[in-house]
Amino acid sequence: MIHCYKLNGYNIVLDVFSGSVHVVDEAAFDAIERYEETPKDKLKAYLLEKYSENITSDDIDELFEDIETLREEGKLFTKDIYEGHAFDLKNRSTVIKALCLHVAHTCNLNCEYCFASQGKYHGERALMPLEVGKRALDFLIENSGSRRNLEVDFFGGEPLMNWEVVKDIVRYGRELEKTHNKKFRFTLTTNGVLLDDDVIDFANKEMHNVVLSLDGRKEIHDNLRKTVNGKGSYDLIVPKFRHFIEKRGDRGYYMRGTFTHNNADFTKDVFHMADLGFTELSMEPVVCKPNDPYALTEDDLPIVFEQYEILAKEMLKREREGKGFTFYHYMIDLEGGPCIYKRISGCGSGTEYMAVTPWGELFPCHQFVGDEKYSLGNIWDGVKNKEAQQEFKLCNAYAREECRDCWAKLYCSGGCAANSYHATGSVTGVYEYGCKLFRKRMECAIMMKVAQAEEGKTEN
Amino acid sequence: MKRIKTIETRDLKKSLKNGGCGECQTSCQSACKTSCGVANQQCEKSASGK
Repeated sequence: MIHCYKLNGYNIVLDVFSGSVHVVDEAAFDAIERYEETPKDKLKAYLLEKYSENITSDDIDELFEDIETLREEGKLFTKDIYEGHAFDLKNRSTVIKALCLHVAHTCNLNCEYCFASQGKYHGERALMPLEVGKRALDFLIENSGSRRNLEVDFFGGEPLMNWEVVKDIVRYGRELEKTHNKKFRFTLTTNGVLLDDDVIDFANKEMHNVVLSLDGRKEIHDNLRKTVNGKGSYDLIVPKFRHFIEKRGDRGYYMRGTFTHNNADFTKDVFHMADLGFTELSMEPVVCKPNDPYALTEDDLPIVFEQYEILAKEMLKREREGKGFTFYHYMIDLEGGPCIYKRISGCGSGTEYMAVTPWGELFPCHQFVGDEKYSLGNIWDGVKNKEAQQEFKLCNAYAREECRDCWAKLYCSGGCAANSYHATGSVTGVYEYGCKLFRKRMECAIMMKVAQAEEGKTEN
Repeated sequence: MKRIKTIETRDLKKSLKNGGCGECQTSCQSACKTSCGVANQQCEKSASGK
């Protein structure tokens, strides 16, 4: 399977099953697009007529030879050799390697669009006791087999509302590392309200990554991210975030925003974050019910598509000017990216990744917390709801009939199970709106790699 | 090749043999939390220079 598209002046051919990317001229683009379905004499006649002024019969013969060479090298028209092994590839391992710890089912902001229902996940307010947090790390180690790198995300609600417990869980984890030959990578996701030097210094020492929530422009941010008193939170958190990042050095972070129907022109918010001096950026389409007033609509789609193109072009421009920034969804490492196992297996929710509630209950991921149907078990007794877990074991890049002819399936791996579930009622359904956005993002991300290669850049 | 330039990429078929160590980051842990993909995940072997 191939995917041919034109973007930003580049003609791009993606060979899906080898992962190869080719940038070609107009004649080659037309030839490759039609190559498998058109008899060669007819294709040659078509090309000679269309490009009569700048292509000869010999040129076309040479082009066809080049196409055949690429085919022989396994870089064009590569056949799918993975489908029959998809389930086995995903199930090569049954260990757990990542937990999302919901250390606080409560929040000090009242964001209108929060999928966690203001941090409470449709339940009671709760804070994770230290003993639950410590047991969660024990559970992770017990179930991690020979896997060395383990990930733990402190999530909420707002995790800084249970900060002392977070610090003690980290200290406990560092002790476990020594006795079990493991490496914990901790991540903190925060709205920033309670950031102070104690949090900043500890996080900069111990957190592998921090995710900071900011929606961009003040008026956009303040419209949906409000304090419990109904005031916007922008002025409260932006100075804290700047201070945090100034002190963070070269350690990882993401400034993460959400865009909605209210700001389908979200690149202005991304550029605003960049202009504030932040360089590691992420901006996600809102997850909500279709009838919510801020839900993205079909009419928003062409706007959002254009925005993704604007973003990619502007990023290339700023990079040339020495003031580049990173956008999470455009980070694509064509040379050192994920292997085929990862591309088929997907995010690992419910299998190698689980969320833990403040009282130690296990869910397939943070977006399923509170949905009793998907309560998997707990950190003392392990996974008991094997039937629910089985649904997640079946999630892979080949699990959905709708993905059969999609060129992007080895980039999205079948997509987000939670998005599918909320859109269709099934974790193996397809959230088509999200697919459209994803494909556009991948086209932009690959185009940027092509542009960088053409401009002689080697950076990944 | 005059009309086709191939960008350097990881050969997915070869990664059937040399991939699958499972040490890489879980997709949703890093930044998105709401719209998972795997394309932007880095291979741990590549990241550590092994």
